Amino acid sequence: MTDVLREVTDADLDAIEIGAAILGTGGGGNPYIGKLRCREELKKGNCIPVIPLDELADDAVVVSLGGIGAPVVGVEKIEEGEECLRALRALEQELDVKVDALISVEIGGANSMEPMLTAAQAGLPVVDGDGMGRAFPEMQMCTWSIYGHRECPAAMADEKGSIVVIRETPDDVWLERIARSVVVAMGAAAGLASQPMRGDFVKRAAVPNTITQARNLGRAVLDAHARHADPVQTVINQENGQLLMTAKIVDLERHLKGGFAVGHLTLEGFGAYRGDRGRIDLQNEFLVFRRNGVVEVCVPDLIVVLDSDTGLPITTEMLRYGQRIAVVGLPAHKLMRSPEALRVVGPEAFGYDDVTFCPMETG
Amino acid sequence: MLRIGVDVGGTNTDAVVMQGDVVLSGVKSPTTEDVMGGVVDAVTRAIAEADKDKEQISAVMIGTTHFTNAVVERRYLMQTGAVRLCLPAAQCLPPMVDWPEDIREAVGGQFWMAKGGNEFDGREISSLDVDELDGIAAEIGVAGLKTVAITSVFSPVSDEMERRAMLRLSERLPDVDFTLSSEIGRLGILERENAAIMNASLRALSERTVAAFGAALAKVGLTCPYYITQNDGTLMSREFVQSYPVLTFASGPTNSMRGAAFLSGKTDAIVVDVGGTTTDVGALVKGFPRPASTTVDVGGVRTNFRMPDVFAIGLGGGSIIIGDGDNLKVGPQSVGYKLTEEAKVFGGDTLTASDVAVGLGLADFGDRSALDDLPPSTMAASKSRIDEMLTNAVERMRVSSEPIPVLAVGGGSILVPKKVGELSVIRPDHFSVANAVGAAIGQISGEVDRIFSLEKITREEALADARKEATKKAITAGARPESIELLDQEDVPLAYLPGNATRIRLKVVGDMHD
Repeated sequence: MTDVLREVTDADLDAIEIGAAILGTGGGGNPYIGKLRCREELKKGNCIPVIPLDELADDAVVVSLGGIGAPVVGVEKIEEGEECLRALRALEQELDVKVDALISVEIGGANSMEPMLTAAQAGLPVVDGDGMGRAFPEMQMCTWSIYGHRECPAAMADEKGSIVVIRETPDDVWLERIARSVVVAMGAAAGLASQPMRGDFVKRAAVPNTITQARNLGRAVLDAHARHADPVQTVINQENGQLLMTAKIVDLERHLKGGFAVGHLTLEGFGAYRGDRGRIDLQNEFLVFRRNGVVEVCVPDLIVVLDSDTGLPITTEMLRYGQRIAVVGLPAHKLMRSPEALRVVGPEAFGYDDVTFCPMETG
Repeated sequence: MLRIGVDVGGTNTDAVVMQGDVVLSGVKSPTTEDVMGGVVDAVTRAIAEADKDKEQISAVMIGTTHFTNAVVERRYLMQTGAVRLCLPAAQCLPPMVDWPEDIREAVGGQFWMAKGGNEFDGREISSLDVDELDGIAAEIGVAGLKTVAITSVFSPVSDEMERRAMLRLSERLPDVDFTLSSEIGRLGILERENAAIMNASLRALSERTVAAFGAALAKVGLTCPYYITQNDGTLMSREFVQSYPVLTFASGPTNSMRGAAFLSGKTDAIVVDVGGTTTDVGALVKGFPRPASTTVDVGGVRTNFRMPDVFAIGLGGGSIIIGDGDNLKVGPQSVGYKLTEEAKVFGGDTLTASDVAVGLGLADFGDRSALDDLPPSTMAASKSRIDEMLTNAVERMRVSSEPIPVLAVGGGSILVPKKVGELSVIRPDHFSVANAVGAAIGQISGEVDRIFSLEKITREEALADARKEATKKAITAGARPESIELLDQEDVPLAYLPGNATRIRLKVVGDMHD
């Protein structure tokens, strides 16, 4: 599929829902709800224009935005609808700038669609790319921050009309801490827009063409269903990944802590993996996969949980005891595997002092 | 002791008498509009055919697709009010936003979004506004709605808002039935709300149906307890089903798959259950229905019940055939229980799938000569349309290229050809009453749903305690201890309560004592 994506239409949404959820590695917000919301915006006659990354003007003013909170909250307390738009307006007002384009902070989950929604509401285009190439739980874990952009000031808005602008912090880790306590106070769901970036920086730092990537990945899965091909293998082939385990979830511990969904799942292998015991740790997203106590894949590489039959992704809030799943590893983009990136998104950054990132083998 | 399994479908009511693992008798009787007549007739004949006394019957298990059919066909649904306590949150996706147009119309599509709802930690999003609720009550009164579903944000964590809103509304609406979402579903507001609205819309049908079951068994002269099977193949009491008809939604496919596995001895297969109105296609994996991992649509409406993964199509023995050639349509409308009056071979003037089966010699009932004036092209086009519908549905459920068998069950399975695509079809003995067999082998469950404090014990200990408690309940209710298995467990930490509280929901199942 070589066609360049110029506009997201209703026909793309089903594919983006699936592709973005796979890249979301369990988090990034519920993509079904994102899809419905996009559909409602399109029904109103609004549209979602897309700018290919290489066509972005060097001096374009680009704002990265998305939802912040816990995925479990996102399926229960659905947004009022204009949280991100209010955050964007607050930022424009704070800095007295006019924004030219929006970009997703993370392509994974519904945060692929939040900028599309805001774009439709504000009459702006979205850039084909994002700041993670996946989803991550914390704000500083994006390429903008890793490659030298400061995210302050950042504006946050909730459904009740509260707007908080965080004007300055010592660094983006502090921004994350403060934003996180704000979002907990807001009820674990808010929209957040951060300091605008120049087009030339975005072209250098963004994980490229990820809207197209998500759509094509979703299309491949839908196409596999239509052809009765193995959808799990389709995902692996499309993203150059690896099957880690087919397993049944035999325990699921998941709770809300500090504005995140944290916990782990315990797996019992079946099929070729009978006798294996697996464990996946999660903090909104799946972080570390262990087989029989040994770490095999960890962040920033992607640990994806798919329904073992349909190949459809299962996000953190959809996990259930007894589900039969396929655990798949996908390699992270090289912008996420550099030494400066690993300091921010490697296992140590999540408190795993005894785990060293070792790039997963690719298929 | 003997057990009777009954399956009340849209077209036929089936009954079997079972002694242990042996099916002593199995009969079919047309479903009557009052439900009762069909049950009386089927049960009476099944007992007579088994040549047993009524006194030997220890329990009756009833499975019914009545409520699912109502949703699929958009019939008998009450005009329902949906009240969501959420504002200012959640207004971008109003209730029923993703419902198919026709079912939204069938339940009236009326909703109110009001202040209320909780945060994840139990704080209020906004306080309930009694004046707002009184205004809504007045509008519900004017609209003449008799059933209302109330859904509050985070009600699985705290159901207080839903209860308070119900009390306030019922003061002004004493004749209205209420369904609270917290009693039906889990986290995931759209899916839980959908289930609550569908449940509310089925309340009148549910009361009529359950009353008819009781009256029918009394008329037969049975005094033993009776149960109704629910989604996961376990049994529930009649009081329970009266309030929660939605919990029977998947019992039809569960019963037919468990029955097909039991009758054929196959553990891995695709099960095609052709009834009078719909065909359910599901997959057996190691003897159990494969559960859907993600959300399940019922009549096009998304829910998050734990249900077998079933693909339903509007094809059955009673499916109405209209048009011809390329415009030929089979179903989803069905003559249902009126098959023996309205089908051509029975002297009616509606062309149905059953007529096609008779015309092609796949079945022999009614008066075949009634089809003489029908062009052969219509017959051929109907057959190829039916085969195409079945092949598509089976292919959709098939998840590997392994040549597993297709188990054809249900009264309408005469419509299933010898091969579906490349897969061979097996029709086990008693195939036409597999659902009733599945109901008869319905399992006893033990459930725990309460708040545990993790101050003095670990989460693992709390789960073990809950499991012990649930197992004890199942044994008391009549389950064989050695057959008990864990079916489902879920814990929702309740951060707003002191003492590290967590809500544990856990369910075990076991086979019933003979």
